[in-house]
Amino acid sequence: MKKKEICIFSGILLLAVLLWLSMTALRRSKDYGEIRITVGGTEYGIYSLKEDQKISIGTTNVCVIQNGTAKMTEANCPDHLCMKQPAVDLRGGLIICLPNQVVIEGISSDPAAGGHNILDAVSR
Amino acid sequence: MNEKYAKLGLFSAIAIIFGYVETLIPVVAGIPGIKLGLANLAILFILERYTYKEAIVVSLIRIVVIGFLFGNMFSIIYSLTGAALSLTVMTLLKNRTDASLWAVSMAGGISHNMGQLMIAMLIVENTSLIYYAPALLISGLLTGLAIGWLTTETLKRIG
Repeated sequence: MKKKEICIFSGILLLAVLLWLSMTALRRSKDYGEIRITVGGTEYGIYSLKEDQKISIGTTNVCVIQNGTAKMTEANCPDHLCMKQPAVDLRGGLIICLPNQVVIEGISSDPAAGGHNILDAVSR
Repeated sequence: MNEKYAKLGLFSAIAIIFGYVETLIPVVAGIPGIKLGLANLAILFILERYTYKEAIVVSLIRIVVIGFLFGNMFSIIYSLTGAALSLTVMTLLKNRTDASLWAVSMAGGISHNMGQLMIAMLIVENTSLIYYAPALLISGLLTGLAIGWLTTETLKRIG
């Protein structure tokens, strides 16, 4: 490999790492108390992570909130990738079921409160 | 001429087997789209030995067969987008610049992942997916590096 190429790809790698770190830092600085479920770009509903509940998303997926974490527990697609993705908790997160166009994302319940729940999430 | 078609048939078979082998490897870190891209070994090899036309044919055969065997309509759309973008980038780099095989492979890996991310954002109509961009960039780069090395070694032996 040429020197110039090593420079270019190291640059891309560095950029990606920086982007990742800043995204994580941004996520950590906020308080995520709720999840928003969208299907095909339209909002399906907003649910609190503080209440244990079982949400049927249409007829295709089932999401369960338990002890402050949301997981996809059922999906009718063949790959079941969404069920293997890390849970959405008070630190935010993202679960995506591509075939059914379902997205579960952690959202901030109270933007003004910022950063209080993060302590609970860590000490929990 | 006939020998070429016979060989392209073999390459398609190899690409399909690679695709199958990849379905056996569990998904890393739960992020959809991160995989080794073993099939790109065959495509890169063809791009080196023949032209982009043969690479397109073998890519199409592989995607359709793998899609019907192990995937669904969605996985075919994702694969097609990724393959189209990465083949375009790799062909341009190979023909228009003096980029090494390693660089071509890495650029192919990155563009494949970015293409899939874009089509995924369009399909679920949600821009939050951009969270995956750094992970997909890094994984595309690393798998591209691995495939670049594998292709170099393969070309040394049977090229």
